[in-house]
Amino acid sequence: MLYREAGQFKETYAADSAIFPILQDRIGVALIVLVAFVVIPLVASPYLFSAILIPCLILALAALGLNLLTGYAGQLSLGAAAFMAVGAFMSYNFALRVPHIPLLLTFVGGGLSAAAVGILFGLPSLRIRGFYLAVATLAAQFFILWCLTKVGWFTNDNPSGVITAQAIVIAGYTFDSPQEKYLLVLSIVTVMAVAAKNMVRGNVGRQWMAIRDMDVAAEVIGIRPMRSKLLAFAISSFYCGVAGALFAYAYLGTVEPEAYSLDLSFRILFMIIIGGIGTVMGAFLGSAFIVMIPIALSTFVEFLDGTLHLGVPSSVSSNLELMVFGALIIFFLIVEPYGLARIWQITKEKLRLWPFPH
Amino acid sequence: MGFFFEVLIAGLLSGVMYSLVALGFVLIYKASGVFNFAQGSLVFFAALTFVGLMEHHLSFGVALVVTLLVMIAVGLAIERFVLRPLVNQPQISLFMATIGLSFFIEGLAQLVWGASVRGLDLGIQDEPIAWISDRTGINISKFDLMAAGIAAVLVIALALFFNRTRIVRALRAVADDHQAALAVGIPLQQIWAIVWAVAGFVALVTGLLWGARNGVQFALTFVALKALPVLILGGFESIPGAIVGGLIIGATEKLAEVFVGPYVGGGIEGWFPYVLALMFLLVRPEGLFGEKIIRRI
Repeated sequence: MLYREAGQFKETYAADSAIFPILQDRIGVALIVLVAFVVIPLVASPYLFSAILIPCLILALAALGLNLLTGYAGQLSLGAAAFMAVGAFMSYNFALRVPHIPLLLTFVGGGLSAAAVGILFGLPSLRIRGFYLAVATLAAQFFILWCLTKVGWFTNDNPSGVITAQAIVIAGYTFDSPQEKYLLVLSIVTVMAVAAKNMVRGNVGRQWMAIRDMDVAAEVIGIRPMRSKLLAFAISSFYCGVAGALFAYAYLGTVEPEAYSLDLSFRILFMIIIGGIGTVMGAFLGSAFIVMIPIALSTFVEFLDGTLHLGVPSSVSSNLELMVFGALIIFFLIVEPYGLARIWQITKEKLRLWPFPH
Repeated sequence: MGFFFEVLIAGLLSGVMYSLVALGFVLIYKASGVFNFAQGSLVFFAALTFVGLMEHHLSFGVALVVTLLVMIAVGLAIERFVLRPLVNQPQISLFMATIGLSFFIEGLAQLVWGASVRGLDLGIQDEPIAWISDRTGINISKFDLMAAGIAAVLVIALALFFNRTRIVRALRAVADDHQAALAVGIPLQQIWAIVWAVAGFVALVTGLLWGARNGVQFALTFVALKALPVLILGGFESIPGAIVGGLIIGATEKLAEVFVGPYVGGGIEGWFPYVLALMFLLVRPEGLFGEKIIRRI
């Protein structure tokens, strides 16, 4: 009853191809935007911003990038964190070496550099596929991080390898508090998410999906695989690069290669699998899930420890967290292989009929 | 020139160790089409269990048998609780499940046995064989040679097991298509149980050799990462591929580190095998011995 399109007629082509064709969707999205931009900044605590909301949003952006490549174009990649590292380091270098460059432009520069590197490491995808490609993308992960550690130019010959990121100053205004950083990250992520949503609805996205579903058939109907695949690598890496720059500037406050380890690549991959592969929404749901699970688990263990006085050593609780994390991932793959986004789809179907069973 | 050969031989022998890990991957991939990322964790788990049992004053043989039983139990549990519910899911889901599995096993291993670094003594000295170094001036470690011998025995045993039994044909069918294999009456669960148990056994052997070499520590799980370029170089489905790939990776990696490394700042062992394998794939996209994939519409 509540959620259905009956009675909503589309009279123009513009209305037909709207991003949210149903009124209830538009209301829902408007509410989410209102909550995210107005309500949360008013009520949330600084801890909530810096420990959960900011990393959630930034990693959602990276997951979105990976989802464009893996979920839409079907090219499995295990090197997302490396492209984030490229974005972070190149943003740092643009800000350092180009005088008077606006900070937002350095983020764009970082993203474009990541895109260029992405195209380079995407070249093998023209020849190899599946797990062979996945392992090949590991080459990017290890090679890029090695380069960033060994070549002094990237770290500005900093001996410790941990660089403090420049302050976020945009148009003379310094984004200093967690709240301001959150709003900045949220704005960038929103713009890029809308762009991604439109991309996957349009020509480019359909080409990617055709390549993903069967590349030979796609080639036969006139899609150029080289162009589509490399475009997927470029755009995906651009998203990851911007996410990496935000990760360094708005979350960590430092630029260091260790932050972009293989572990992060895997976590981003988990995000899109658990969130739902080939969906924009899945990237956000998955990111929220993966960021919050470790925090929830450690809070839970602390709570148990505090109430029951078990005196659990920290090594035991960290291993337990590892086990629960692994088990949860397997559990989710078993019960909902299409991810959290699929659960939302099912809920919508149910809402259409509610309160009637059929 | 003697130095070159010494590096080459050391590389080849360490390549054998990579082959052993790769072998575990290949077994599972051939049997179920699963790219088992948890193999490295299994290696870690096996070595840690063995060392833990030895610390409880069990004799070498008893500890070995008990660990083997534990590994078989782990293999059966994986089949029951992870793979069986995921039959007929896309490969990427199974791959992700094995990454989850690797977290679980790493947590479990350290929860039970603690995270401290331990030594493992197999009774073989890691020292050059005297009469070879006397005659040729090349140092070859006795331990490496033993490891190579054990690997050879293992490979021959596995090859016999998988070529002389009906299992191999069932395996190929299962890897091709889970549902079709079930439809023609192949006992999928039994097959998987056998293969995972064998993979557990391979993990045990690998764990003992690697553990004796580098100490039993968390870093053993990264051994799996070393095996991946071996896999794509040799081909995912091929046991000979794992061996040859391991030898090539081991040798080139050591040679590159010793002769090229100093010019670019060292530490290139981490990525060089990957880049090498990548270059190779551009020429042969399915690896050296991998099955050629015919793609139709």
